[in-house]
Amino acid sequence: MILYLISVGLSVTMGLMGFVNLAHGVFAMLGGYATVTFMNRFGIPFLLALTIGCVLVAALGFVLERTLYRYLYGRSELDQVLFSFGLILVSVALVRIAWGPLAQPIQLPDYLRGRVNILDFALPAYRLALVGFGAAVIAGLWFVFDRTLFGARIRAAVDNRAMAQSIGIDTNRLFAAAFGLGTGLAALGGGLGADVLAISPTYPLQYIVYFLIVVAVGGLGNIKGPFVAALTIGLADTACRYFLPEAGSIFIFAFVFVVLIWRPNGIMERR
Amino acid sequence: MDTATLETRGLNCSFGSNRVITDVDFTLRPGERRALIGPNGGGKTTFVNLLTGRLRPSSGNIMLNGEDVTELGEARRIRLGIGRTFQITSLFPKMTVRENVFLAVAECEGIAGKLLRSVSSHRQQFERVDELVHRVGLSDVAGVPAQLLPYGRQRLLEIAVALALRPKILLLDEPAAGIPTAESHVILDIIATLPKEIAVLLIDHDMDLVFRFAQQISVLVQGSILVEGAPKDIAADPRVREVYLGDSKHGRPAAA
Amino acid sequence: MTTVSASPTVHEVVPSAIIRLLKLLPWLLVAALPLALPGYEPLATQVFVMILFALSLDLLVGYAGIVTLGHAGLFGMGGYTAGIFSVHGITDPIATAVCAMILAAVTGLMFGAAMLRTKGLTLLMLTMASAFLLYEIANKATGLTGGEDGLQGVSFTPVLGLFAFDFRGKTAFFYSLAALFIVFIFVRALINSPFGWSLRGIRENDARMVAIGCPIMQRRIIVYVISSALAGLAGALQAQSTQFVALYSLSFELSGNILIMLILGGSGRLYGAFIGVPAFMFAQDLLAKQDPANWYLGQGIILIALVMLAPGGILGIAERVIDVIKRRRVRNGHRDS
Repeated sequence: MILYLISVGLSVTMGLMGFVNLAHGVFAMLGGYATVTFMNRFGIPFLLALTIGCVLVAALGFVLERTLYRYLYGRSELDQVLFSFGLILVSVALVRIAWGPLAQPIQLPDYLRGRVNILDFALPAYRLALVGFGAAVIAGLWFVFDRTLFGARIRAAVDNRAMAQSIGIDTNRLFAAAFGLGTGLAALGGGLGADVLAISPTYPLQYIVYFLIVVAVGGLGNIKGPFVAALTIGLADTACRYFLPEAGSIFIFAFVFVVLIWRPNGIMERR
Repeated sequence: MDTATLETRGLNCSFGSNRVITDVDFTLRPGERRALIGPNGGGKTTFVNLLTGRLRPSSGNIMLNGEDVTELGEARRIRLGIGRTFQITSLFPKMTVRENVFLAVAECEGIAGKLLRSVSSHRQQFERVDELVHRVGLSDVAGVPAQLLPYGRQRLLEIAVALALRPKILLLDEPAAGIPTAESHVILDIIATLPKEIAVLLIDHDMDLVFRFAQQISVLVQGSILVEGAPKDIAADPRVREVYLGDSKHGRPAAA
Repeated sequence: MTTVSASPTVHEVVPSAIIRLLKLLPWLLVAALPLALPGYEPLATQVFVMILFALSLDLLVGYAGIVTLGHAGLFGMGGYTAGIFSVHGITDPIATAVCAMILAAVTGLMFGAAMLRTKGLTLLMLTMASAFLLYEIANKATGLTGGEDGLQGVSFTPVLGLFAFDFRGKTAFFYSLAALFIVFIFVRALINSPFGWSLRGIRENDARMVAIGCPIMQRRIIVYVISSALAGLAGALQAQSTQFVALYSLSFELSGNILIMLILGGSGRLYGAFIGVPAFMFAQDLLAKQDPANWYLGQGIILIALVMLAPGGILGIAERVIDVIKRRRVRNGHRDS
């Protein structure tokens, strides 16, 4: 679920701008750092810290898009990969200098720890909250993309940028805004998931492959796809760890290979 | 009755719910000079893509020299003798004119997979390359990267690359598109001097070119063949005039 | 009247045999290193191994246009193969190197046939996943690979039965240099063959390649297998010269590093690997000493700068400089006449 939250932003920006952005994990990491720092240093409650973190990271994403990313739109895949990889390295270094090399401890608020009783099942509150957030994000995104003018504009721009521009849509600012949205979502995932995916300087490098997996399996430019993908992968992973704990992450990778051989464009191909 | 070189039977193609090509029966005989005309959006390039194998039909068959090639991929069909040029120039931009043509010659002659013999030792192939380059009048720029050529000469290179494949069937998708009329005679000359054995299907909007070149004309409107016949019959056909709101004398369909 | 172009080209004046000899010169100079700078053999060997690895990557990235962030998977595959064979009693260096190449090639074939149907992000991700997969397997199979501690007890018998691997590293030095030379000749021939040209065509416009009848999937798989075999060879050489195989040799970090090394020198230009690897290792030595964070920062900045300003790497910059000089000469020539 955390993977979904982080990856949906990547799916949107990649589908939108066709830009291979490996540095997406950086924004998730920064969201995590922001949340943790606000909570630990300033004693701000979890949800508020999370929100502030998201907004800050979204703003950062917006700025970065305007200043750096925009120059690389037409460039080759290799250049984009190298650029985003370089961005990862720079942020990893800066974060390490600012916060030190160790993982950040996070104290989840009491209402997220422990269990909640629903229909005879004692479910961990944390997981429920994650699912809740996931559902809220999907619903919210669907609403934005399907129902609002902003969403319509984005869809137009994805389909045909030149056309969209010629009917007066400011694609530059639109892309920047969408990028901000994507990075903000990543920050949400990073902050929420700080307990599970530890916030440390190596975060983007450690987890980048998982984000990419969710996006690739789910299909680019999709909102529902990564959701399905993340769910499937999460379930499959849990099942496998239960039956074959020694296999570790081996299973996920093998599973991903099989899925992508079967459906090279992802599970839910966008027509 | 000689076997048709290229034939389609009941060809249909849809994108989702959008029917683009409807029940097209089409025949091209060896050595024939056929033109395919019709308003923009009528499906001409889609049809070419179906013929070469770039697109798969939803139903129907494509026959090449009597063999059903509907299931074959594009590369295989090309190797069986179909050559094409692209409406939007598609070359190898950073490679020189000679290199562009060499790639095609190499594939055609089956030496492209050679791993260790150097390219420069293939003198025979380079002779052919130079011959083709000379044929389209690009000998003076043979060492120039394709992307640096002016547009008109790029279109000539497209033709050279297609000819390098020794095609039995040549599909020319708007070969003179975008070239000012003053320069387009070069392309016209080349088309006029194409070997007689090659069946040529020309797609274009330039009615002067079409009427000078074609023995037969097919009119494709909204995905189906409206009418086929000799140029003078097509020119006189009221339905064709209707489709092209403009006067056929001026040769430019208003829908273009 | 006459312009600068009237001056004869190098090729017309100097017989080609002498040019061939001149091209060999750098190799001979490097081979004489142990005389000039004794004690640097292990470092030099490491450089040779990495250059070989970078050359294998260049075939994919620079020529075929296949971007991979998982090439270390094949490198480590070769390394562990050689190491595991040695631990289990098969210790001839050339035999194990060949086995390493074969196993790496097979691995490349398996993964490649699956991955190369995809492209773009999916392909990139699969290359990463394939390497992670191998990494995890090696990590868990501690009985076979030594897991996190690495594979110990690796040793090899003398090369060709004559040259024992000594502590000073002289044998390893000449052994890797010889391997690098052979691979260099091979890669150079490959690039200049019709096959090599078709790879460039696939990179520049794969749709057009299909339209001239090229079986692009087949070509890409072939080059992927060749590249995997060479990467495996590099890995085996690493294992043989350091007598140790670490998990790092399968890591994402190494995949990233070797890509940076190649890009730094300039991809798609045969000598890019030769320039990028030493440059990278030099920079690494300089920056990583004080604080690893500085090295990441430096790497990142160099990478971003490369992409924005100098996409052709160091060789690309050199090409542009030479171009400017040539144009100045022509202009001056015109002025003089």
